[in-house]
Amino acid sequence: MHELSIAKNIVEIIKESVEENDLRSIERVVLKVGELSGVVPDSLQFSLEAISTGTELESAKYEMKRIPFTIKCKVCGNVSDNELGIVKCPVCGSKDTEVVSGNELLISEIILKN
Amino acid sequence: MSVITVERKILAKNDELAEHNRNLLKQNEIFTINLVSSPGSGKTSLLEKTFETLGSKVDISVIEGDVQTSLDAERVANYNVPVVSIVTNGACHLEAKLVQDALSNLDLEKTELLFIENVGNLVCPAGFDLGENMKIVLVSTTEGDDKPLKYPKMFRNSEAMIINKTDLIPYVNCNIETLKNNALNVNPGLKIFEVSCTSGAGIKEWCNWLVENVRTKHSHEKQLMY
Repeated sequence: MHELSIAKNIVEIIKESVEENDLRSIERVVLKVGELSGVVPDSLQFSLEAISTGTELESAKYEMKRIPFTIKCKVCGNVSDNELGIVKCPVCGSKDTEVVSGNELLISEIILKN
Repeated sequence: MSVITVERKILAKNDELAEHNRNLLKQNEIFTINLVSSPGSGKTSLLEKTFETLGSKVDISVIEGDVQTSLDAERVANYNVPVVSIVTNGACHLEAKLVQDALSNLDLEKTELLFIENVGNLVCPAGFDLGENMKIVLVSTTEGDDKPLKYPKMFRNSEAMIINKTDLIPYVNCNIETLKNNALNVNPGLKIFEVSCTSGAGIKEWCNWLVENVRTKHSHEKQLMY
């Protein structure tokens, strides 16, 4: 359940990014969560709600953008979504590939109400 | 409605502390391994065999991470190896701050090789940099051969995989070639060792590799310094 510790980090970044008197006016926080990040969005959502209850962030909503696991083959150039974690190119079979996306764990945007 | 664009890594704070640890370890010429695995795969047993085999050849220290109890730290202390215990009281992984605190309780000048035995868990420790030189994942034959496919991030983020309990292969449902192929499909550069902490098979090869890395690390750091 490392999502709880990740949730605490998210709250800290929000507090650093938004002026204190604006915290109650946060409508939505957009997070980017890669499929290979090892983070379960539902658990993270639960943890965020649990630690926000009774705080100025109680009414904030969290939107999780799932980023797919994608690899690019250095041999044939094919870019594809692949079975999670498998780096073997589905077209030519080479393992000489790079992970293009899927590792992300970012706080992307904070949207304030007017 | 106004939008604040942040685009910050959520674990940036942990990564900064990890970098601080890495610099401290580098200054002291310490080769550091973050040992990760599921519970019961044999991390502490591997350490015990490593102490027995290396003897006084290498100055080893250990940071022992456990959810509860200092039982593993006591096992390490039996070998007269300096050990600092971190009891996480429920947390499923170690973070860089905990390691930073533990490092202040170790004699770094008398350490060449540092093992950080992480909490037994194949998910959470994968995401947290502690400032180590490398993660090494330990997997035992009793867990089956599908673990790299089920926990790809851990195998992706490790530089080596140690397969333990090879003496049990005749009795368990684990095809070692399948296990290796699964791991290499997730991380083609993975260095693989096969060991048994019960029979001692493969321990010498593992220890030789360790000594080589400690020596390479030292000569590399010295080159950088001068």
